[in-house]
Amino acid sequence: MYSGASNFVTTTDTAFAVIIGISVIFLVGITATMLWFVYRYNKKRNPVATQIHGSNTLEIVWTVIPTILVLIMFFYGWSGYSPMKKAPEDAMKVRATARMWSWLFEYENGIKTDTLYIPVNKAVALDLISVDVIHSLYIPAFRVKEDMVPGKTNKMWFIGQKEGNYELFCTEYCGLSHSYMFTEVKVLPQQEFDTWYAAMADTSKQSAMAAKPGAAGRRLVQVNGCLACHSADGTKLIGPTFKGLYGKAHTVITGNSEREIIADDDYIIKSIYEPNEDIVKGYVKGQMISYKEQLSKEDIAHIIEYLKTLE
Amino acid sequence: MTDFNNSHKEPNYLEYRGKYKGILGWITSTDHKRIGLLYFYSMMFFFLAGVVMGLLMKYELISPGEQIMGAQTYNGLFTLHGLTMIFLFVIPGVAAVFGNFFLPILIGAKDVSFPRLNLMSWYLYIIGAIVVLISQFIGDGPPDTGWTFYAPYSLKTNTNVVAAVTGAFILGFSSILTGLNFIVTMHRLRAPGMGWLRMPLFGWALYGTGWIQLLATPVVGITFLMVIAERLLGIGFFDPAIGGDPILYQHLFWIYSHPAVYIMILPAMGAITEIIPTFARKTIFGYTAIVISSMAIAFVGYFVWGHHMFTSGMSSTSRWVFSLLTFLVAIPSAIKVFNWTATLYKSSINLQTPFYWAIAFVFVFMIGGFSGLVLGSLATDIHVHDTAFVVAHFHYIVFGGTGFAFFGALHYWFPKMFAKVYNFKVANIGLIVFFIGFNMLYFPMFYLGLMGMPRRYYDYLPMFHSANILSTVGSWIMATGLLIIIINLIRARKGSGKEIDDPWDGKTLEWTIPSPPIVENFEQIPEVKHGPYEY
Repeated sequence: MYSGASNFVTTTDTAFAVIIGISVIFLVGITATMLWFVYRYNKKRNPVATQIHGSNTLEIVWTVIPTILVLIMFFYGWSGYSPMKKAPEDAMKVRATARMWSWLFEYENGIKTDTLYIPVNKAVALDLISVDVIHSLYIPAFRVKEDMVPGKTNKMWFIGQKEGNYELFCTEYCGLSHSYMFTEVKVLPQQEFDTWYAAMADTSKQSAMAAKPGAAGRRLVQVNGCLACHSADGTKLIGPTFKGLYGKAHTVITGNSEREIIADDDYIIKSIYEPNEDIVKGYVKGQMISYKEQLSKEDIAHIIEYLKTLE
Repeated sequence: MTDFNNSHKEPNYLEYRGKYKGILGWITSTDHKRIGLLYFYSMMFFFLAGVVMGLLMKYELISPGEQIMGAQTYNGLFTLHGLTMIFLFVIPGVAAVFGNFFLPILIGAKDVSFPRLNLMSWYLYIIGAIVVLISQFIGDGPPDTGWTFYAPYSLKTNTNVVAAVTGAFILGFSSILTGLNFIVTMHRLRAPGMGWLRMPLFGWALYGTGWIQLLATPVVGITFLMVIAERLLGIGFFDPAIGGDPILYQHLFWIYSHPAVYIMILPAMGAITEIIPTFARKTIFGYTAIVISSMAIAFVGYFVWGHHMFTSGMSSTSRWVFSLLTFLVAIPSAIKVFNWTATLYKSSINLQTPFYWAIAFVFVFMIGGFSGLVLGSLATDIHVHDTAFVVAHFHYIVFGGTGFAFFGALHYWFPKMFAKVYNFKVANIGLIVFFIGFNMLYFPMFYLGLMGMPRRYYDYLPMFHSANILSTVGSWIMATGLLIIIINLIRARKGSGKEIDDPWDGKTLEWTIPSPPIVENFEQIPEVKHGPYEY
């Protein structure tokens, strides 16, 4: 279906073909033999059984042959896997960060996106980071998958060999919105990628100066995956919506007591850095973790500008 | 055949009146047969509850988007489905029901070595089950971690993980004590003349199982205690935010939970090994080879847990070592399949319901086993790990394997347990419907996994839709088959048909005594002069 989308497809699919091929031959062979015996040695056709206690020769034969076959399967599996271990030196480096329930890709020039853009026919090496629980980065078309374990940096690499868009899933169950934690890999021609790469680097600087009010904040909210849980249009998701949030009064639960607060700058900063201190009434505690490492005070100032636009 | 109702002096185990009457007489009985049935009825209750949960999950997955429940409910449901099916049905499974009922009889003993400990195991099982059930209703809601309780998610979620883990911890003791009891029983209570190599192969399977229960279960017990301690005291075993290691959790969990798969499947293989010779009217082919393969599975099964962690970021060395060992554990299972098939050669087959179940078992078990090879191999596992392919694989093994063997054993030993026969025709129809539904339910999941659909998915992209419809429809067909089978058995149990000792003309010791067996099984302990399957 996706043949040739990455450099690992051929070797992996060969291993599939060898293992499934041998398995199907045995499954069909044994089932057919069994059914033939059931037919041929039915008590109507064969009223008296011949008592056979066993045969050492046969036991050896059907121990040795499967042993050889599984060793062959092991070999194909190992040789398909072993090139996945180490990325070439000149690979393009991308830092992939997973959190409940969004993806963030950071490039060497500082660009951040929620979709993985890569140039065709170029080795790409990912550092896999998780900031909360275990996730797993899986690109079915590329036949690659590796867990993203908090406190540990796992690695993955591949070469996208065909232009196009491919699904990227989280395959380690990570809570409420696990099945919505997916994005895309966009494999672009080198030239198109270079143009995008340069343009993005520019806009991320430009948008910091914000021609349009809130533009920088909007970008930050997008790439940090905030919108996975907080809608911008009033829809109720896991967390409160951003629409009409800023400057209004809200009822929150602090510890065990209810209180009224005004969503001002201090409140927004606290909600991002210590999200479990005040929980808006009607929402569940513990769904969000601190963004202290990801968002600076200036970033939050941009986000506040953006929130102000969502009347 | 003698009319045993008049001939035997002692009452059978169903009629026996001890100190108490009615249900008290059952739940205070140390008779291994009654304990076997206590397990049977409680287990059927949990199994059917698990089936209903499965049906609801499959219904939710019939189309993308929400059908009947939200994501949180779904996540809680697959956790409870896993906990119920794994800890309350397939782990005790064939061993607790048929092992308890038949092991002492098969080796010519009056009971297990420690009858009171045996009753206590059942109580631990029930207490554990109740605690798991309680976890659904108290605290901050049903656990939503999956039955694997992977850290650090299980440490971070607000749901009631502690109660569920405590329940599983208690259930572990039930399993350990049953294993211990069976091992000692086989060492000490075999009838005169029954050397180790004259023991029925179901006994050998339980012997291997007993050692796994005894040695592996404490590991998961300790692991669960660590999770509880970490959640309550914030100790930091597994959560990297406070200095722990989530990979350590996975190692500890699978050091038990992989061998646990053999706790589930070995007794199932043993039951099938009893059924096949009885209906083939022929001695088992390769008795010694089957004994060795059972013990080899029990032993090598300890060393393959790492194949659950091929994508966790383990070193390359541990990846290839665990892959190689995983392939080696496939060989003894293959040897069993070859020996079962060879037993049919030049036999004289009496085609009856239990035999059909045995054949169906071998077929689905082979599919489960062969798909296991795909998962044991590194490159292919990287692709299908944690996808629907894995879900298909382990349902073929634990439901197709253990579940089919459970129903096969039930149809085989039902007349011995209750002295009644069921309607064969209805039983066969039930099996056919069940078999079709089973394959339709689980086979499409292999395809979904190869296409890349992750497991534990509440919702999915439209590209996965058609195979999911097929699978959901399969679940309805399978449930229909199950209903036919169960109603047929209930009718036979309640029915007033003529009592019968042995409809199959079996040769192992349980068929030499009247049905239902008397309280102490044998009026006189038999002396064994030959192997178990001499036709």
